[in-house]
Amino acid sequence: MIQMNNVVKKYPNGVVAANGISIDIKKGEFVYVVGPSGAGKSTFIKLMYREEKPTSGDVVIAGMNLSNLKNRQVPQLRRQLGVVFQDFKLLPRLNVYENVAFALEVIEENPKDIRKRVMEVLDLVGLKHKVRMFPNELSGGEQQRVSIARSIVNMPKVVIADEPTGNLDPETSWEIMNIFEEINSRGTTIVMATHNREIVNTIRKRVIAIEGGLIVRDVYGGDYGYEG
Amino acid sequence: MYEMYTEVTTAMKGRTIRRHFRESIKSLGRNGWMTFASISAVTVTLLLVGVFTIIMMNLNKVADDIEKDVEVKVLIEIIADPAEAKSAEAKLMKDIKNLPGVSEVVYSSKEQELDLLIESYGEDLSLFEQSNPLNNVLYVKAKEPQQTVNVAKKIEKFDNVNDVKYGEEKVGKLFSFLNTSRNVGLVLILGLLFTAIFLISNTIRITIIARKDEIEIMKLVGATNSFVRIPFVIEGMWLGVLGSIVPMTIVSIVYVNIFKVLQPKLNGELLQILDVTPLLYQVNALILVMGILIGVWGSFMSVRKFLKV
Ligand SMILES: Nc1ncnc2c1ncn2[C@@H]1O[C@H](COP(=O)(O)OP(=O)(O)O)[C@@H](O)[C@H]1O
Ligand SMILES: [Mg+2]
Repeated sequence: MIQMNNVVKKYPNGVVAANGISIDIKKGEFVYVVGPSGAGKSTFIKLMYREEKPTSGDVVIAGMNLSNLKNRQVPQLRRQLGVVFQDFKLLPRLNVYENVAFALEVIEENPKDIRKRVMEVLDLVGLKHKVRMFPNELSGGEQQRVSIARSIVNMPKVVIADEPTGNLDPETSWEIMNIFEEINSRGTTIVMATHNREIVNTIRKRVIAIEGGLIVRDVYGGDYGYEG
Repeated sequence: MYEMYTEVTTAMKGRTIRRHFRESIKSLGRNGWMTFASISAVTVTLLLVGVFTIIMMNLNKVADDIEKDVEVKVLIEIIADPAEAKSAEAKLMKDIKNLPGVSEVVYSSKEQELDLLIESYGEDLSLFEQSNPLNNVLYVKAKEPQQTVNVAKKIEKFDNVNDVKYGEEKVGKLFSFLNTSRNVGLVLILGLLFTAIFLISNTIRITIIARKDEIEIMKLVGATNSFVRIPFVIEGMWLGVLGSIVPMTIVSIVYVNIFKVLQPKLNGELLQILDVTPLLYQVNALILVMGILIGVWGSFMSVRKFLKV
């Protein structure tokens, strides 16, 4: 589902945030990406949804080689992916329903399908009863659940998340993890960058550790592996 | 695998178009003052374009009319043998008189012509009296001013005609005045045009910045580039269209009234101003099209700069 082959990313300011990364993530896997701040986790994530282009090397997502991808083909890639962020990125003027529906409206889905799909995913994340509420009326955990709902509403093959629990208290983080596990159990590949040691050590999955733009560890069912 | 590489190219659906229009109109309201400033700039620019176009078109007509009215000057080929010359000139004069539409033909020898020149340009020319380089001339007047050009064209084809001149000298001054005012007007309009485009692109920039988050999410979930761009282009188009309403109204009302006042006074005169139709249709179409172009262009500049997708 996701392959990287000797990927190097050098930012214009000279920082090398990926220094020869090769990886193969199969369909249906659940992968944690761990490592200290500034290690290159976010860059690794951004290379997958082509927020950043590699300086050299190949990134292949769901059969699409991003090196050959023209700008106008990027929408096709993005429709195969769901992306979740630490800061939710909800639109404050839209209510819960509208925030999720927005993702389908702008790709010109059929209104009838939109209604059905939005209610399905809001049910999945447990927010069916709050569809009319606005983001500022929700807790952080609820906001993140809306943003997860939005990321999966067009049934992507892969969900990539950059520290999705970074702004949440521990209890809420577990709820969010339950949702990700549920999504994963339905066959969606999940790649999640995280700092949350407890989660990584408890819900055991494949762990990829990045340091200085290099993969230093790649273990199935591994632990977080860093002290304090 | 091939299907993965195809672009997302859904034909634009009616619902999508409605959405783009809704979004663009919402933006107009949200940008308040910038919208107002942009529309005002377009208004001033287009008002000037309209007034200027109407004046130029009328002056052009006046120049045309004058040109048509003036007599035709026929330069007769120089023939060395006096007897031969005389009979050739007589034949030419007779042929011209027989042309339909000709009312009067007057002969003027090269000596008379030189006298005329000396009268207007001074005694310096009298040295040419020894060997006069001028031609004998026939002055031809048409029955109707509109026939002048036609008559001149026919005379050109006759034997022993060296050259046929009409109008040019008398309307020369008017044409040079027309040229100058056209250039001054164009520079002025160009300056205003850039101001208007600049203001519009600024308004659109503000819209784009205000909707940064929305745009980010649109792109993230796979909206096509044109889906992201079109509302802004439509907003620019609105600015242009709204800016052309006042100029179209003012130009129309003012010209209709001027026409009402002037037309009876000019009745029967050679000098005529252009009829309300089709002039006003043409000028209003020009104003509207320019408004739309200014708007679309202005927003395009911002979209290109601030919507890297
Ligand atoms: N857009 C950018 N321009 C320049 N340098 C960047 C940019 N994004 C990240 N970096 C640098 O690249 C390195 C890796 O950053 P990042 O991928 O965000 O790491 P992490 O997510 O693991 O904290 C850091 O040194 C960071 O400063
Ligand atoms: Mg990061």
